[in-house]
Amino acid sequence: GVGAAAAITLLPSVATAQDVDAAINAFTGGADTSPDGITLIAPEIAENGNTVPIEVDAPGAEAIILLAAGNPSPDVATFNFGPAAGAQAASTRIRLAGEQDVIAIARMPDGTFLRAQQEVKVTIGGCGG
Amino acid sequence: GNWARLAAQQQLTQDDLIGGGGSGNVTLVHITDIHAQTQPLYFREPEFNLGVGEMTGLPPHIVGADFRAMYGIEQGSAMDYALTYDDFVSLANAYGRMGGVDRIATVVNAIKADRPEALVLDGGDTWHGSLPALRTEGMDMVQIMNALGVDAMTSHWEFTLGSARVNELIENHVNPAFLGANIFDAEWDEPVFDDYRMYERGGTNIAVIGQAFPYLPIANPSWMFPEYSFGLRRERIAEVVQQVRAQGAEVVVLLSHNGFDVDRKFAEDIPGIDVILTGHTHDALPEPVQVGNTFLIASGSHGKFVSRIDLDVRDGAMQGIEHRLIPIFSDVITPDPEMAALVAETRAPFEAEMSEVIGQAGSLLYRRGNFNGTWDDVICNALISQRDAQIALSPGFRWGATVVPGQNITREDIFNATAMSYPAAYRSEMTGEFLKLIMEDVADNIFNPDPYYQQGGDMVRVGGMGYRIDPAAEAGNRVTNMTLLETGEPITPDQTYVVAGWASVNEGTEGPPIWDVVENHIRELGTVNIEPNNSVDVVAG
Amino acid sequence: MADNVTPRVRVPREASAGDVVSIRTLISHPMESGQRRDGDGNVIPRSIINRFTCDFNGENVIDVTIEPAVSTNPYFQFSAVVNETGTFNFTWYDDDGSVYEETADITVA
Ligand SMILES: [Mn+2]
Ligand SMILES: [Mn+2]
Repeated sequence: GVGAAAAITLLPSVATAQDVDAAINAFTGGADTSPDGITLIAPEIAENGNTVPIEVDAPGAEAIILLAAGNPSPDVATFNFGPAAGAQAASTRIRLAGEQDVIAIARMPDGTFLRAQQEVKVTIGGCGG
Repeated sequence: GNWARLAAQQQLTQDDLIGGGGSGNVTLVHITDIHAQTQPLYFREPEFNLGVGEMTGLPPHIVGADFRAMYGIEQGSAMDYALTYDDFVSLANAYGRMGGVDRIATVVNAIKADRPEALVLDGGDTWHGSLPALRTEGMDMVQIMNALGVDAMTSHWEFTLGSARVNELIENHVNPAFLGANIFDAEWDEPVFDDYRMYERGGTNIAVIGQAFPYLPIANPSWMFPEYSFGLRRERIAEVVQQVRAQGAEVVVLLSHNGFDVDRKFAEDIPGIDVILTGHTHDALPEPVQVGNTFLIASGSHGKFVSRIDLDVRDGAMQGIEHRLIPIFSDVITPDPEMAALVAETRAPFEAEMSEVIGQAGSLLYRRGNFNGTWDDVICNALISQRDAQIALSPGFRWGATVVPGQNITREDIFNATAMSYPAAYRSEMTGEFLKLIMEDVADNIFNPDPYYQQGGDMVRVGGMGYRIDPAAEAGNRVTNMTLLETGEPITPDQTYVVAGWASVNEGTEGPPIWDVVENHIRELGTVNIEPNNSVDVVAG
Repeated sequence: MADNVTPRVRVPREASAGDVVSIRTLISHPMESGQRRDGDGNVIPRSIINRFTCDFNGENVIDVTIEPAVSTNPYFQFSAVVNETGTFNFTWYDDDGSVYEETADITVA
């Protein structure tokens, strides 16, 4: 069933498109990104906006940055892979302040960048078949 | 009357309904979404079952005359009664009740007599939805499904008994394999239950993979099973498919509680699944839906149907499929005496309580369809009158037996529409802005054009408030013209309204159980007559 | 300083040379974001784990920069390649200057 009013907490202001662009540029230096060679796995609908499982995978990457475009601040985490990494892939759990795009950008050793993104819905919940 | 009923039923025989031997060398029996309905019942199929986006006009999003035309079903026939909504009352009178697990047992036994190695698979929503299941915390249905010889099951409402109870039942009482490849430990992100079970039948290796309802912690109270995480996890399911193929599976079956549209997309996105036994959305289709090399089976709900699926497996691959949607006409199929005795035993402690007559049905009471059914209107009216509210919200559940006009409404009937483990009928104040947020949020969970963003279920049922909805509009802009019916005034964002509802997913919700609210309301009315509800205006484009 | 900060790791005990092994780590920590207010309306100061590293026999596996958007009890899953028997060193860095460490041994055949 639909939740009573207690389900909603008002959130602080969210990041602007400029904030998101600035966070991306800080990592890419303004370089173009390609959509191939990077995988971002996120749930379509978050079970709980306070702990959303996210998986990123970009074979061969030096580093992957994770951003949440609709949070008060878009930065989430940066994964730097060392020589003993078994794969350039990692999973974590993140906070999402409402429905938004999660973005992953990988920096490759040749100086190019890869980008993946997915919309994650955060819902009040209730009801069912 | 009785004469018409006799004439209609004389056309039907048990042997015709069950059918003869099938082709192939692997037989599956599928039952799903029984919702603890052990007794024959009436269940009216939906008048509104809108598909959106790519799913528009595709099965199962067809109803009534379109449904009959697509499947060559004669108007007024037994299958018309079983599968569509129109003329329901007179057809119900002619063909009688459907379902009953004692009749299902007869059908399963007949299939097993023909194919002793048939696999019996239960798609979940089994341990919930009736008074005995609520009182025994699912034990009655566990015993019944054990006796039916179910080989494997998956789950949804089962978890609303709480994870401790689910685990206790699985450890000590449940015979079927409890499968859920998408159920993970929330802390360490590890699978909790068995992903699949391999069966060898007549020299053929069959893998049955289980997929529980992906959105359990959203659609139902997550505090009841906090240690588990669910989700679609299609990458994981794709991995498990590869794994079972590598282990020699010649046929891969997904026993799913995803809902039909999600399963249709799974069939497109995950290679290597031969058959998806769908559940959750309660659709019944007389033929498989083929998507690429995958066949989707929809076996209805509430025990109305049993699917028999015969697969022809040769040279390590599925070569053919034959499906029979067997309608359980309760007056035509003889009850299995052993199952009838077991069911009677499970009901005995509650018989007196359940059989008490609370009122009479003056009009048809049903709940199935995208918007309010008449049972929903009864519940909303009860919430408004008994909880002194301006607006009532009732969840868009797809379960609940139908009551036909002239029938007594017993306490059992009320529980069939309300029995669940978080029944508190709350009363709270909500702003117009918050009401709009709820309506839009729920609408997007049903009408999002991408099935992966849908939860199944139907639109929240509303009393005391009218609105206009365009399911095809963008998220946040579907619902307009929200109006308070008692005054005819528009709902305004800043104003506060008294709202009563039930089935909140929030822990600590307070209020009397919804069945008491509905019972008190029906007692006051005596006879329940529901006028056609025109307060929801559905527009397209 | 955050109370009861407990790191936990899951690492296979054995592997063959050249295997890629999956590693999971959890540390109990409130990850106070700095964006919440207390009952009196005062901002609760930020207090998070801001960096996590894993090394194997002195060679880096992963080095993570962490922002307040990472959930309470930060969880990381990643993989390492192991060519010889050795020790994984895990280190979490707290805003308050605390450093939490954990190790896990693996035998490589
Ligand atoms: Mn169901
Ligand atoms: Mn369900």
